[in-house]
Amino acid sequence: MNNKSVFKIKVDEILFDVIKWIFLVLFVLATIYPIINTLAVSLNEGADALKGGIFLLPRKFTLENYFLVFKNKNLVQASIITVSRTVIATVLQLFLTAMLSYVLCRKDFIFRKFVTILYVLTMYVNAGLIPNFLLIKHLGLTNNFWVYIVPGMISAFNMIVIRTFMNGLPDSLAESAKVDGASEFKIFINIILPLCKPVLATVALFIAVYQWNSWFDTMLYNAFDNSLTTLQYELMKLLSAVTNQGASAEAMKNSGNMVTPATIRAAATIITAFPIVCLYPFLQRYFVAGLTIGGVKE
Amino acid sequence: MDAIDITRKNIKRTGQLTNKGNIWERMLNQKELILMSIPFVAYALVFYYLPLAGWVMAFQNFKPAKGLLDQKWVGFKHFIFLFSDKTFLTVIRNTLAMSIINLALGFAFSIGFALLLNEVRQLKIKKLIQTVSYLPHFLSWIIVTGIVLDALSTETGIINQLLMYFNIIQSPINFLADPKYFWGIVGFSNVWKGTGWGSIIYLAAITAISPDLYEAASIDGANRLQKIWHITLPGIKPTIFILLIINMGNVLNAGFEVQYLLGNGLVQRVSQTIDIFVLKYGIGLTNYSLATAAGIFRSVISIILIVIANYAAKAAGEERLF
Repeated sequence: MNNKSVFKIKVDEILFDVIKWIFLVLFVLATIYPIINTLAVSLNEGADALKGGIFLLPRKFTLENYFLVFKNKNLVQASIITVSRTVIATVLQLFLTAMLSYVLCRKDFIFRKFVTILYVLTMYVNAGLIPNFLLIKHLGLTNNFWVYIVPGMISAFNMIVIRTFMNGLPDSLAESAKVDGASEFKIFINIILPLCKPVLATVALFIAVYQWNSWFDTMLYNAFDNSLTTLQYELMKLLSAVTNQGASAEAMKNSGNMVTPATIRAAATIITAFPIVCLYPFLQRYFVAGLTIGGVKE
Repeated sequence: MDAIDITRKNIKRTGQLTNKGNIWERMLNQKELILMSIPFVAYALVFYYLPLAGWVMAFQNFKPAKGLLDQKWVGFKHFIFLFSDKTFLTVIRNTLAMSIINLALGFAFSIGFALLLNEVRQLKIKKLIQTVSYLPHFLSWIIVTGIVLDALSTETGIINQLLMYFNIIQSPINFLADPKYFWGIVGFSNVWKGTGWGSIIYLAAITAISPDLYEAASIDGANRLQKIWHITLPGIKPTIFILLIINMGNVLNAGFEVQYLLGNGLVQRVSQTIDIFVLKYGIGLTNYSLATAAGIFRSVISIILIVIANYAAKAAGEERLF
């Protein structure tokens, strides 16, 4: 290679790097900025925030928005419900899905194909909103906490993810335990379950995030019972309150209020997002692995 | 000798080598597994298959006061009504348009992001960008649409402020009140939420490409753009292809959360999807029959598309999806 072409390659490389970093920095900014901005607004005085111009830092600092959220009985109750549904559903779903996966990873199981097809079909055939709605109603699950837990307790997708992992475990483990006379249930609890920790962490994260972020089931089934609504649903109510008062924003600007629906919503958003934002970076290696197991069966 | 015999007996008794013997023996041997699976079969039948019986509502004038079989049967009346109804045809158009826009933008951004990230040599920075990129996936649509509404606000929204700062527009645009922006807003909301998450699978596929190929290309004097074009992209082509096929089967699921949360009376004409239509007629107006008919239409088309996609994948030499 002569000097000229080496030089050209160098220029190409630098140009490529510059463009690459511009795109990546823009991407990171676009992802992070709205969250920092929401945080800044949530820490700002309400009336002042309406004037606009708040970007990365609050202009008139106050914690009033957060105090108000924590004083709001509805929101506190909603947090309790959200935490309860997330914890109960995650533990229960994880255990039951793992148990089903165990039964279906046993290659000699006589009904293996039947049960597998029964569940895999549910990924493709869905009766739809109205028949499901009527079923829930007939089962007495409306205005009931358990509507968050019982429907969708076993997901075929999670079952496949866990089963794929279990298939990778050596058969000899379960076999030697069986020779010692252990029951299937004991083998599942004492031998298989502890070995599945990585995949269980992945699926637990999927379930917990889904539960934490659900609002549609609240709207559909529990909207009339204030003691059963979830955090996301309350946040949605705040959101529509903000949208609807858009016209009166001008009036509020002059009212000198410390808080406005917009700043309260910002505070509620931060509170709602906080647990997940703190948790997910630590589980990253699990979900990346889990997604590649279950995502595409290549 | 004795010990081996006992072990053999145990193996037989506990049903390990159960492929031998007649079906009753096998069932007896596996009674524990069968017992364990019974609750799951019952659960699937009640919660996933029983609701399918509700599909008969689409062929009735369903009144909730009466039983499912005591209703007045009307044949295909509701389906005929749906397809002569201009609103429903618009709803189908919206659903298709938004899911195709989401699909195209989603693919372009996820793949583009994965390719760029793969070019980052500093491992710590790469990890950091990755972690940040997953964040929006974990936020609910309630939060994401809240953020979108904030960003597009006419008074304090960053988008309007930037556009005015750079003199691209003279006065703020009320994006959410204008039907011509709605599909794009939905598309980019999905991009914001899903790009990082969507890139995971491509990054995994890229790591499977042999480093020898890149070395050989370097010796031949290829620059990095050429390497991306001639090695990385062909390397992840099977992954792209199979994901594309899977998503084709989902073309009638444009999602509904984002449209429901961002939509308003002014943009209804372009924001309503099949799911919102079902919600509005079924839950809002308690016209269960009509809503069920619309739901069935979606389910049946989806299943047909998935079956076609499955065969397409097989024909193209990829492993079947199911």
